[in-house]
Amino acid sequence: MSKALIVNLDKCTGCRYCELACSFAHHGEYNPAKSNIQVSVFTEDAFYVPMVCTQCDRPFCGEVCPTGAISADEVNGAYVVLVDPEKCVGCKMCTMACPFGAITYQSSGKVQKCDLCGGKPECVEFCVPNALEFKDPELTNVRKSRAYAKKIYHQKEED
Amino acid sequence: MNAWVGKILRVNLTKGATSVEELNEEFARDYIGGRGLGVKYLYDEIDHKVDPLSPGNKLIMVTGPMTGTGALAGGRYTAVTKSPLTGAIANSNSGGYFGAELKYAGYDMIILEGKAKTPVYLWIENDSIEIRKAKHLWGMETQQTTETILSETDVEAKVACIGPAGENLVKFACIMNDNGRAAGRSGVGAVMGSKNLKAVAVRGTQGVTVADPEGFRAAVLDAIKEFHDPYMSEVLAQYGTSDVVEFSNEVGLLPTRNYQTGVFEGASKIGGAVIAQYNLRGANKTKACFGCPLACGRVTRIADGEFKGAGEGPEYETLGAFGSACGVDNPEAVITANYICNRMGMDTISTGVTIACAMELFEKGFLTEKNVGRELAFGDGKAVVELVEKAARREGFGNEIAEGSYRLATKYGHPELSMSAKKLEFPSYDPRGGQGFALAYATSNRGGCHIRNEVHCVEFFGIDLMGIVKTGDNLDRFTTKGKPAVAKKIQDFYTMIDSSGICNFIIIGSPDANVFINLMEKGTGLDFGGLDGFLKTGERIYNLERLFNLKAGLTAKDDNLPKRMLTEPMPEGPGKGVVVHLDKMLPEYYKLRGWSVKGIPSAKKLAELGISN
Repeated sequence: MSKALIVNLDKCTGCRYCELACSFAHHGEYNPAKSNIQVSVFTEDAFYVPMVCTQCDRPFCGEVCPTGAISADEVNGAYVVLVDPEKCVGCKMCTMACPFGAITYQSSGKVQKCDLCGGKPECVEFCVPNALEFKDPELTNVRKSRAYAKKIYHQKEED
Repeated sequence: MNAWVGKILRVNLTKGATSVEELNEEFARDYIGGRGLGVKYLYDEIDHKVDPLSPGNKLIMVTGPMTGTGALAGGRYTAVTKSPLTGAIANSNSGGYFGAELKYAGYDMIILEGKAKTPVYLWIENDSIEIRKAKHLWGMETQQTTETILSETDVEAKVACIGPAGENLVKFACIMNDNGRAAGRSGVGAVMGSKNLKAVAVRGTQGVTVADPEGFRAAVLDAIKEFHDPYMSEVLAQYGTSDVVEFSNEVGLLPTRNYQTGVFEGASKIGGAVIAQYNLRGANKTKACFGCPLACGRVTRIADGEFKGAGEGPEYETLGAFGSACGVDNPEAVITANYICNRMGMDTISTGVTIACAMELFEKGFLTEKNVGRELAFGDGKAVVELVEKAARREGFGNEIAEGSYRLATKYGHPELSMSAKKLEFPSYDPRGGQGFALAYATSNRGGCHIRNEVHCVEFFGIDLMGIVKTGDNLDRFTTKGKPAVAKKIQDFYTMIDSSGICNFIIIGSPDANVFINLMEKGTGLDFGGLDGFLKTGERIYNLERLFNLKAGLTAKDDNLPKRMLTEPMPEGPGKGVVVHLDKMLPEYYKLRGWSVKGIPSAKKLAELGISN
C-alpha cells in the first residue's frame, strides 16, 4: 500500500504551521492564503481541522477537467493526484467539483493542489505535535479502531 | 526588504484619512520591530507629556520581522502607546493570528492617530482600507464584537478589538484579538477606546519573504530540535503555565492576600492538575498561537453550577491574581473572573491585584462596607467575580477598581498597599523571592512586569535562558551580588525578543541564543554582530524607552518597589525573613547602564548607541 497524508484531529493545536511550510515550499514565501493545506479553527470548541487533498481514488477534479490536466500517479511510493500546469487553462471546473475545497485557483491563472511534495511532505516535516503523518493508511485505520475500542472499554468500566 | 514587508499604514481618525508610507529601513535595522520599532516612532512623533487618553496620543500596532514567517511562534504583534495607567511607555505584546494577518495584508505596522467623532472600526483587506461606523458594536463584549465583524467582513479576517472596559476607559483595559488573546498590560485598550476605535479587522493574502530561504528553513529545523526541552514540551504543553502555581508556592513566592505572604494554603486547589480538569476535549488538548509548537493555551468549560460558563484560560498569572492574591481557592471563581476579563477586555493581572489591594484596605479598615457596597473579605470568590464585572462597567465601587491599585490605595490614604511598580500591578511572583527579579520589577520601563525581564527563570526556575546567563555561580536568588549585571543583560536580550515578533515563551525552552539570532539573521539578511551586537541593539531600544519615560516626567524615584517589599520580611516559607535590598543594587545597575545617579542616560552612552536625544 502506498503512503498517504493522515490527519490526526486529536493532536492538532491550530498553530497553522503546516500552512507556512506548504506555502514556503511551493512559492518561496510564507503565505497561508497560498497554502494547499488549510486549518479551520473553531476556537470556542477547541477544535482545529487541517483540510487537505485526500488524493481520491476517483478524483472528481480530474473527471471534470476538460483538458485532461489532472491525473493520478505514483510518486516515490505515494499515490498522488497531480495537476499539469502546461495543460491547465484555468477554467476552475475542478474547484467546483472538489467537495473539500482542496484545489484552488491562483493569481497565476492556474489551479494548484497538494502534490505531497514529491513524496516528502513539508507540512509533515514541520508538524511538531504530529497531527500530520505520512504513512500507510490501512495500518492507521487499524490503530484508530483499537484506540476507539479502548475508549469504549474504559467507558464501560466507568459505568 | 525581506522579513519586513516595508509598509506602514497611517490612520488619522480625526480626519477619517488613511495613507500608506514606506517603512524607514534605517529604523527597522536599529529598532527591529514590535516593541523597539514602536517606541522609535512613538518617541519621534508624540509630545511625551501628552495626556494618554487625549487625541494627541498615538496607538501603534506593530509586528516584528519574524511575524508571519516560519520562525517558531512568530505570530506576535505589539501595541505601543503612552500608558494611561502608568504615564510611562506601554508595549503590550499579543499572540493569536492577528499579527501575522496584518503582515500578510502588507503592513509592518499601523499608526493610529487622533480621535473619531463617533465609534468606528477599521477594515483592512490588503490594499483596501475602510473606516467603518461601529455604533452598533459599541457596548458589545469582545466575542460578540468579533463575530459581528466577521459576518460583516470576511470569515477569514482576524479581529483585534476592545470590550466595554476599553470603551469605559478602564485604566487597565486591554486589546483582545482572536477572542482569547490579549495585548494585556498598561491599559492599551483604554487608549483605543479614547479614540472611539472599537476594532481593527484585517485580511491579508500576500506573502512574507526571507533573505536566505534555505538557511532559514534549516534554522527553523534547528530551533525545533533545540526546543524539545522536557519541561517545555511536556509540562507546559500539558498544563500550560497553570503548573507553576504549586511550584511558586513551594519556593514561597506565590503572592497571597495582596502579597502579605508567599505561601498560600489553597495552592493545590488552583494548581495545574485541577485546572486541566476543566479543559475542553480532555486534559491534553491545548491551543496554539500562530506557528507555535508549544501550544500553551487552553479552552476550558465549567459544565454547571453557579459559575457555569466557557472561554479561554486561565494561565498562571490569572490564577495568582484572582486566586492566591485575593486568597481565593475556588478554581471556578478564578476561571470565571478570567472569562469576564476576556469578554470585557481587561488585564487579568491588574484587575486581580487591584481587587486584592481593595481587600487588604478592607481588612485593615481603611475601606468600609459603605464604600464598597458589600463586605470584601479575602477568599470571597463571589465578591471577586462581582467586582470584575463592575470594574469593566465602572458601576458603583467598580469605578474605583477601574482606576488601578495605586490610585485606589492613594485615595484611601495608603498608597503603600498598592503592589505595583510605576503604578503597574505586579505579576504573580513576590519580589522578595529573588533579588535580581525584584530589581527587574523596579527598573522595568513599563513598570511591574515579569516578561520584560525573566530573571526569575535563572533565579528560581534554574533555566539557563539560552545560555546568555548561566545558572549557578552567584545566582543564589537571595543574594544581591552580580544581580545588576544579570538584570541588565536579560533586559537587553528580552527587548530583542519582544521586538522580533517571536514569542518570548518559546525562547525559554531553547538552550542556545544563537538559535534565535540565526533565525533573525537568515530571515532579515542583516548581520547583528553575534550576541554582543544583538544585546547592543536591545540596549539601544531599552535606552530610548528610558528617555521616553524621563521626558514623560518619570524619575529615578519611580525605579522603586512598595514599602512592604523593602521593609516587611517575608513571614514564612523558604524565603522567610527576606526583604529586597534595592539600595544595594540600584547604584550598580545605573552605573552598568551608563546612567547618572539620577538614572539619566549619559551623553556618552547615547552617542555609543547612536541615539540623538
